[in-house]
Amino acid sequence: MAGTGGSDEFVVFDQVQKSYDGETLVVKNLNLSIAQGEFLTMLGPSGSGKTTCLMMLAGFETSTHGEIRLAGKPINNIPPHKRGIGMVFQNYALFPHMTVAENLAFPLQVRKMTKAVTRDKVSKALDMVQMGEFGDRRPSQLSGGQQQRVALARALVFEPQLVLMDEPLGALDKQLREHMQYEIKHIHERLGVTVVYVTHDQSEALTMSDRIAVFDDGVIQQLAPPAVLYEKPENAFVASFIGENNKLRANIDSISNGVASVTIDSGDKVQALAVNCGDTGNTMLSIRPERVLLSADAPNRLDGKVLELIYLGDHIRCRMAVAGHDEFIVKVPNSSDHAALNVGESCPIGWVTEDCRALDAA
Amino acid sequence: MTDVSYQPDTTRGSLTDASGALLAADGTPLKKKLRQALAVSRRRAFLLVAPLLLFILASFAIPILLLLVQGVKDNTFSSIMPETTSVLREWDSNSEPTEEMAAAVVMDLISAKEISRSLPTKVGTRVNREVSGAISLFKKTTRKAPKMEAPFLAELYKVDKKWKDPAYWKAMKIASKTITPAYYAAAVDKKYLADGSFADQPEDRQIYVSLFVKTILVSGGVMLACVLLGFPVAYLLSHLPARQANLLMILVLLPFWTSLLVRTTAWIAMLQSAGVLNDIFVWIGITSDDQRFSLIYNMTGTIIAMTHILLPFMILPIYSVMKAIPPSHVRAAKSLGATNWTAFWRVYFPATIPGIGAGGLLVFILAIGYYITPALVGGQDGQLISNFIAYHMQKSLNWSLAAALGGILLILVLILYWLYDKIVGIDNMKLG
Repeated sequence: MAGTGGSDEFVVFDQVQKSYDGETLVVKNLNLSIAQGEFLTMLGPSGSGKTTCLMMLAGFETSTHGEIRLAGKPINNIPPHKRGIGMVFQNYALFPHMTVAENLAFPLQVRKMTKAVTRDKVSKALDMVQMGEFGDRRPSQLSGGQQQRVALARALVFEPQLVLMDEPLGALDKQLREHMQYEIKHIHERLGVTVVYVTHDQSEALTMSDRIAVFDDGVIQQLAPPAVLYEKPENAFVASFIGENNKLRANIDSISNGVASVTIDSGDKVQALAVNCGDTGNTMLSIRPERVLLSADAPNRLDGKVLELIYLGDHIRCRMAVAGHDEFIVKVPNSSDHAALNVGESCPIGWVTEDCRALDAA
Repeated sequence: MTDVSYQPDTTRGSLTDASGALLAADGTPLKKKLRQALAVSRRRAFLLVAPLLLFILASFAIPILLLLVQGVKDNTFSSIMPETTSVLREWDSNSEPTEEMAAAVVMDLISAKEISRSLPTKVGTRVNREVSGAISLFKKTTRKAPKMEAPFLAELYKVDKKWKDPAYWKAMKIASKTITPAYYAAAVDKKYLADGSFADQPEDRQIYVSLFVKTILVSGGVMLACVLLGFPVAYLLSHLPARQANLLMILVLLPFWTSLLVRTTAWIAMLQSAGVLNDIFVWIGITSDDQRFSLIYNMTGTIIAMTHILLPFMILPIYSVMKAIPPSHVRAAKSLGATNWTAFWRVYFPATIPGIGAGGLLVFILAIGYYITPALVGGQDGQLISNFIAYHMQKSLNWSLAAALGGILLILVLILYWLYDKIVGIDNMKLG
């Protein structure tokens, strides 16, 4: 999906570094290309440098080193108001003393558009977010979700090529957040605008993005489409940050044909896909809870003991003691199988070798 | 799973009485029940504020009420001269004084003198406010009154020819009214006449209207100066890192921690013709030694000192409002294409208006009643209305006129308050 309908290098971070105090780097040597029309999410825990990157792109922070290019032109020295980048802020940043329509008209007025054009564009933008009837309201008279739609419409009304979103759904409740995720995604698909989206919510990132850049410690840990990120994490940080993950420490015995034979700390010998583990030494085995098999004849068999069962409707979450770990989670689909599980009982587990990834021992 | 089944309540649904009003479970109306439930907490809240309420009533509300009454009520004459008062009420204030009026004056003066020697003088002072020369006339008449015999009118003419002048009788008629608009009229440079009409004061005695105008202009000027000087400071305060902001805040608050008198006298040291500022002007050659600026004991001094003293009242509300403006608003404006100036003027500045309004109203109302500073540094033409109120309270002892002037000041402030509410809205005001 990346790069459809335009240059693959619409936005480029070229060796960008950022430091606030001259002692530590918040962003360490960032290289990133974003294609035109792409929906790219910067995902990471707070303090990982993702918002700083967004602010540098918007022009509110200056990079300490490196170049940021937009449509081929370096924009380091262009002030924010000349960059023509739409931005949606975490707390919407709607102007409280203006009505919704005036808020939307603002970017058009500063661009000296005629009144007729302005009115036309404002009403079209409001219709796009289904807020056509609310033009005369003040932002304070709207609910959080409605304010969010207005903020979105305002960032799009002057037809920018690039829209930045800084945790725009952070203040909404869960249900509304999920609804808005789809809505933003659909608007993106319809307009073909390039979106750079910052969030710390992985499910949001997985739902909306073409590609996700996982940030940690000022470095992009992995840049990949959502499915790849989830199925094939390249290191232990990504594996544990995206989705739920069982971790087992192990020592590598040998590697052949991309399959690592390892010894777990408990002494059991199993096999896993060698991804990012080197040839010898320690490794971290990573396996998703839903890929664990509860069956005596599964490969890579280990002994487990059921510690806790939590009924979650569509599946049952089973906490087990496996190879000395008390936090080994297995998701069991809610089918007739689960009747076999009882707290305190032993149960053999296993996995298909491809589902278990041997990663760096972070 | 243990089977604790839930019994649906068949009597569920709210009870209502015949008129459809909701009833509580025991059958009393729900509204009454709610009042009862809240009564205790309301009583407790009232008890908590009661001491302050009593204090405000005793030291603020009642004095203001008395002041307003004092401005229209004056029973000096009518209480000391009851006979004269009732006779004068019948007089049409144009015809010749009658024997009956003269007799009443003589009788009243005799009985007043018997109670206290100072009473006739009080009457004289009161009448003297309407026409000069009345004090000596009443003193003289009182002295001779006990020996007078009818016809009293002729006796009065014998004592002093002034009694032939209808002006004195008219003045007595004005003074005899207990509820009188005379003081409010005087406070706006009008004269209340014996026949109940109003006339302009002679031109050389018209001082109060122009003084009110001057007071309002000075207060407005001080307010404007405070906005112009305070806004940038408040902006700096709200945008500096915490450490520097705290230091700056201390500098802003420093005037609050110094006595008003010390500050005002410090300005005298700064501004007088041999003062620091003039020395500097001479030294850098802005003016010559024999042409030093007169910066004090005039309007300039009043405005400079008042602006300095009232500045914190402007800075603090603006600061607290600015502190609450999210930085993302200006950023949003810039990202939408606004230049720095447009972002400031169309997004940031409107958000500060509640603070400017609050500070402006505060400074204006404080300035309009400012007394000590104009008295100390104002000289002759830097005096404001409050200095004249003080003068009438302390020197001329014309408390009723002082009350009338104060009453008009109060009305002016209320009008401004109302205007502010109409234009900006009191709800929009933020003091911190």
